[in-house]
Amino acid sequence: MSALPIEHRGVGELAQGLAAGEFSSVEVTTALLSQLQKHQHLGAVLATNAEASLAQARAADQRRANGAATVLTGVPLAHKDIFATDFITSGMATTAGSKMLAGYRSPFDATVVARLGNGKSHGESHGDEDSAAAPGAGMVTLAKLNCDEFAMGSANENSAFGAVKNPWDLARVPGGSSGGSAAAVAARLVPAATGTDTGGSIRQPASFCGVTGIKPTYGVCSRYGMVAFASSLDQAGPMARSAADCALLLSAMSGFDVRDATSAERPAQDFHAQMLTARAGANAARPLLGLRVGLPKEFFPAALTNDVHGAVHAALAELEKLGASLVDVSLPRTELCIPVYYIIAPAEASSNLGRFDGVKFGHRTAAPVDLLDMYKRTRAEGFGPEVKRRIMIGTYVLSHGYYDAYYVQAQKLRRMIADDFQACFAHCDVIAGPVAPTVAWALGEQADDPLRAYLADIFTLPASLAGLPGMSVPAGFGNGGMPVGLQLIGNYFQEGTLLHTAHALQLASDWHLAVPKGF
Amino acid sequence: MALTPDDVSRIAHLARLQLSAPEQAKMLAQLNGFFSIVEQMGAVDTSGVEPLYTPLSAVQTVELRLREDVVTESDQRERNQVNAPAVEAGLFLVPRVIE
Repeated sequence: MSALPIEHRGVGELAQGLAAGEFSSVEVTTALLSQLQKHQHLGAVLATNAEASLAQARAADQRRANGAATVLTGVPLAHKDIFATDFITSGMATTAGSKMLAGYRSPFDATVVARLGNGKSHGESHGDEDSAAAPGAGMVTLAKLNCDEFAMGSANENSAFGAVKNPWDLARVPGGSSGGSAAAVAARLVPAATGTDTGGSIRQPASFCGVTGIKPTYGVCSRYGMVAFASSLDQAGPMARSAADCALLLSAMSGFDVRDATSAERPAQDFHAQMLTARAGANAARPLLGLRVGLPKEFFPAALTNDVHGAVHAALAELEKLGASLVDVSLPRTELCIPVYYIIAPAEASSNLGRFDGVKFGHRTAAPVDLLDMYKRTRAEGFGPEVKRRIMIGTYVLSHGYYDAYYVQAQKLRRMIADDFQACFAHCDVIAGPVAPTVAWALGEQADDPLRAYLADIFTLPASLAGLPGMSVPAGFGNGGMPVGLQLIGNYFQEGTLLHTAHALQLASDWHLAVPKGF
Repeated sequence: MALTPDDVSRIAHLARLQLSAPEQAKMLAQLNGFFSIVEQMGAVDTSGVEPLYTPLSAVQTVELRLREDVVTESDQRERNQVNAPAVEAGLFLVPRVIE
């Protein structure tokens, strides 16, 4: 164990080493900063600030010396660049992968960033009401990671700052929109990263890069300080090398926040303890005894590629060996989720992105002749093609005469989709299937075919629309030696069940331990 | 019902997006491609179904939280305005609106 280089240690292993005094946070931070430097060619990193990261590491070491460390204090991680990071304390801009926000200096930390970091979400002072004012976990921010512009995309090719390469094959995409997060974790540049998932943006890149990621129930993690894409769908979550690491991070980053109007009002959760809690009636050899795993027939269509089908079934066979039973269920409106999602998400996006008008922050066009000209040219110059397409779709479906036929109809179908899940959960405890219909595709292959990319989101959109928690767990390899992810979907607030299931699978298998060549 | 070039111009104006002629043409084709998969939505009978505007209301009553109408933020004008494209004397500058 002691021979294991820093970069090959996960969150839990680094936490143990720090607690045992095996190394300091400054040493870990220094080692990982040089990893980030060494692998810049991946395109995963948008910003680093060694001075700021090392200052946080020194503070973490001091906190540990004072006996005030949490389990995560001093462990470094990186944030998807959709999370606002206070420019003074992080020394890093917040860009959302957009030219519109290039160089943006956030005056505050997102709640998720504050809770994982130093606990302060607002520069200097807070009232007692500030739920993020409690001391944070004390993790060190190493970098801001590349993502699709405003989290819109599933290949990370929509970033204004360049594509990210998949560490398993540098000619392939890492998935998106949290592509930088997935690639950085897979390539051992960082032990863990934050991501956000609106229609699959944690689960799909986790699947494409062979890492573990969880999108919790809508409302579990605060959206405060996450650059808004589609507010009724956006949800933050951790991406790491194991379910156990994800559980540690999720416990620290989640919880009620008065600053998010749709934050779920419930007590703080210890997801790691929930993950470790044995199922009633189960035993060490069969830890999943009694767990009913529902397989929606719509998630296994004839068109599913053989490699993904094979890998997912191998993982399901492991779950069976561990005591789980497989049951057939149905999500009859799975295909409808594509138009429903691509109506609702752009509608919300077109509204959220209205704030980018060139007045208070962000890009402004040169020498505008009047206000309207300023708006139109600022937005034409600042937004990339995919963002423009979604703003156009959203504006159209919300416009007079089309609102009922498109937007309201989509929201009604969304309820029917959520109800379908509840019908399934009468017969099973978790739902399982593939995360995506294929392994990662080649860079550039789908760049000019947005509809094809939308269709590939089919298996992640249902849980997003319903607001259910979903995970991607490494399940072996498919064509070209590329990773395949098993998707697990739980009922509302059943993150503990998902993590317990994934953890049992990872104790019995080694798919999640594979390292891409050259990293 | 396919969108026309006029529709695209109208929507782009509503969205405050200036699109070049080639961009408009490409946008038209891509939007019509997308709306071809949207039509299946209309075939589903949703009468009597409540729209699900926020997901947790699928299983519980979600009430809109209101807070006391009091000041909770400290003055951060300088840090907020550091990102503004044009500022003078603490005010945001925009092109002349009234002649």
